[in-house]
Amino acid sequence: MGRYLTRRVLQFIPVFLGATLLIFIMVWIIPGDPIRALAGDRAMPESVRAALTEEYNLDKPAWQQYWLYISGVFQGDFGTDFRGRPVSELMGQRIPITARLAILAFGFEVIIGIAAGIVAGVRKGNYLDNLVLTSTLVVIAIPIFVLGFLAQLLLGVQFPIFPVAGIREGWFSYLLPALVLGSVSLAYIARLTRAALVENLRADYVRTATSKGLSRLRVVGVHTLRNSMIPVVTFLAIDLGALMGGAIITETIFNIPGIGRAVFEGVQRQEGTVVVGIVTFLVFIYLIANLVVDVLYAVLDPRIRYE
Amino acid sequence: MTQVPLQTRDLVAGKPAVPGAPLLSVENIHVEFRLDFGTVKAVNGLTYHVNERETVAILGESGSGKSVSAQAVMGIIDSPPGFVTDGSVKFRGVELLTMAEKERRQVRGERIAMIFQDALTALNPVFTVGWQIGEMFREHHGSTKKEGLDAAVELMDRVKIPLARDRVNSYPHEFSGGMRQRVMIAMALALDPDVLIADEPTTALDVTVQAQIMQLLSDLQEETGMGLILITHDLGVVAEVADRVVVMYAGDSVEKGEISDVYHNPAHPYTMGLMDSMPRHDVQKDRLNPIKGSPPDLMAIPAGCAFNPRCPYAQDICRVEKPHLHELGEAGRVSACHFVEEVRDARNRSGSRL
Ligand SMILES: Nc1ncnc2c1ncn2[C@@H]1O[C@H](COP(=O)(O)OP(=O)(O)OP(=O)(O)O)[C@@H](O)[C@H]1O
Ligand code: SF4
Ligand SMILES: [Mg+2]
Repeated sequence: MGRYLTRRVLQFIPVFLGATLLIFIMVWIIPGDPIRALAGDRAMPESVRAALTEEYNLDKPAWQQYWLYISGVFQGDFGTDFRGRPVSELMGQRIPITARLAILAFGFEVIIGIAAGIVAGVRKGNYLDNLVLTSTLVVIAIPIFVLGFLAQLLLGVQFPIFPVAGIREGWFSYLLPALVLGSVSLAYIARLTRAALVENLRADYVRTATSKGLSRLRVVGVHTLRNSMIPVVTFLAIDLGALMGGAIITETIFNIPGIGRAVFEGVQRQEGTVVVGIVTFLVFIYLIANLVVDVLYAVLDPRIRYE
Repeated sequence: MTQVPLQTRDLVAGKPAVPGAPLLSVENIHVEFRLDFGTVKAVNGLTYHVNERETVAILGESGSGKSVSAQAVMGIIDSPPGFVTDGSVKFRGVELLTMAEKERRQVRGERIAMIFQDALTALNPVFTVGWQIGEMFREHHGSTKKEGLDAAVELMDRVKIPLARDRVNSYPHEFSGGMRQRVMIAMALALDPDVLIADEPTTALDVTVQAQIMQLLSDLQEETGMGLILITHDLGVVAEVADRVVVMYAGDSVEKGEISDVYHNPAHPYTMGLMDSMPRHDVQKDRLNPIKGSPPDLMAIPAGCAFNPRCPYAQDICRVEKPHLHELGEAGRVSACHFVEEVRDARNRSGSRL
């Protein structure tokens, strides 16, 4: 396992370089002139333009720009935005906000999703099962921005239980956006748990467990659940990465200043440093999530051994 | 292994055992599976019993209801869709079918244990064998983890798994097929059950290992005096160790008797068909004759004798009237065929493939 982990972490390097290069190129080939965009309608003095071009290396070829940037990143320097503020400072502000949103959403997925899946799976075909199957299908079918606006309208405006938008009320203001953000994955988790449970409950070893004279609770809770969690855990770990990066719609609807919004604004302003910085961070999160999945696999299923 | 005092043996989940009753008796049991597209009548009136120190083989083709009838005895039928609709299962004279689930659980594993065909799928892949064997002690006797593991090592020694102490923390997939089946046996024997049901314990194994496992079961039975039920579709495998045999067709017994009697002198056309379709070391045969036709559709079992569409001796009455088990000359020998005498005569006259 130790050797496997070392190899995997080393594999991070090429993946990381490749991914950041791609993002860099994509930002670079966006048509338009970032400095013009910055100036807006006003005319910009030629001296300022020259200084900015110089500072952001905009006159150098793309590969050089990339190289200068990435060597900075390895020294902890993510560059500055066009207002001269370090990107790392921006990230330091925005990441905790999105992280809070993602963690809450993740909590909803784990607790509600798995519980609903178990309830549906142990008594396949009864009314609770049908309820879970139908409601998850509805959630999966509705686009997330519709779901978001609907939740906002219903629980923020009609019945003002939650704040409509913003983050002024601390953790409480994150609850509704987190539920919206996690809703689709929650539905998938419920279905995944249910399917795995139904399948495993038919397994021979479950019959063995019953024939050992164990209680139903133990047969399901210990012997069946552990095996059923293998696909669910995989999904969850990958999803944690997706939640961090995928919050942009939710953040926009609920006016939450997280990294999703920061990337969006960065793209609009063509602030390459901001976009690349944040996306690089997200790539990193994805890589870690993937590694966690592989490790969890081996922990949950002893038949998997990494050499 | 400490001998359990008789008094506890005399109680079955708190109820007094009936003196003189057979260890296990199954009477007229019926099991059906109610599926969307019809009802599968898997067991239809099976009756048999096992005494202490006795080995009974249950023989039948695939789909004849052997496993389902064993599951009915254990009380582990998938329900729904499966239901025991009639009959009785008595352990030391105490009815199990009407028992509350909580009491039934005290019988399951403790008094009647079961081992399954494919030990690879029947053992939980994500727990160590020691944990799985030890669970019997932890759950039934409240042992600690350590005590459970120690007991597991002892049991693994007993079923002759080499280096038990080193292997107790291995996972099922790390064992060979034969060793895995030994782990299953160890787990089933953990609480020193009175009855052990072995559902085709050697079908997944190669021939030499089959013989070793059979020998092990037979030795263990000698040691503990338990009643042993051996489910098989190949009489040859159990011929050496079984005392009696129950031949099943379409969920009911068609013939019962001492194993040597049935083996050498079958008294039902279906049993004869089975004998002729399997290789035997005691009879030279040029070729095997499989039974013609296919096993019955359990959603539409033929009227009269269930075997009649495949039986070379079938007459009109066979298609109308269900033959009951009637006694033959030999001890405990019964056969359910309208034409037992004629069929046996015909077979003996033809010099037969015996
Ligand atoms: N859970 C179930 N749901 C529906 N039908 C079932 C179920 N279990 C068993 N059956 C049906 O009951 C019948 C008897 O099955 P059983 O497993 O007892 O056969 P068997 O004699 O053990 O055969 P084999 O030698 O193949 O193990 C089969 O037709 C099978 O399809
Ligand atoms: S009762 Fe008739 S059909 Fe059935 S086994 Fe006997 S002869 Fe054959
Ligand atoms: Mg079977």
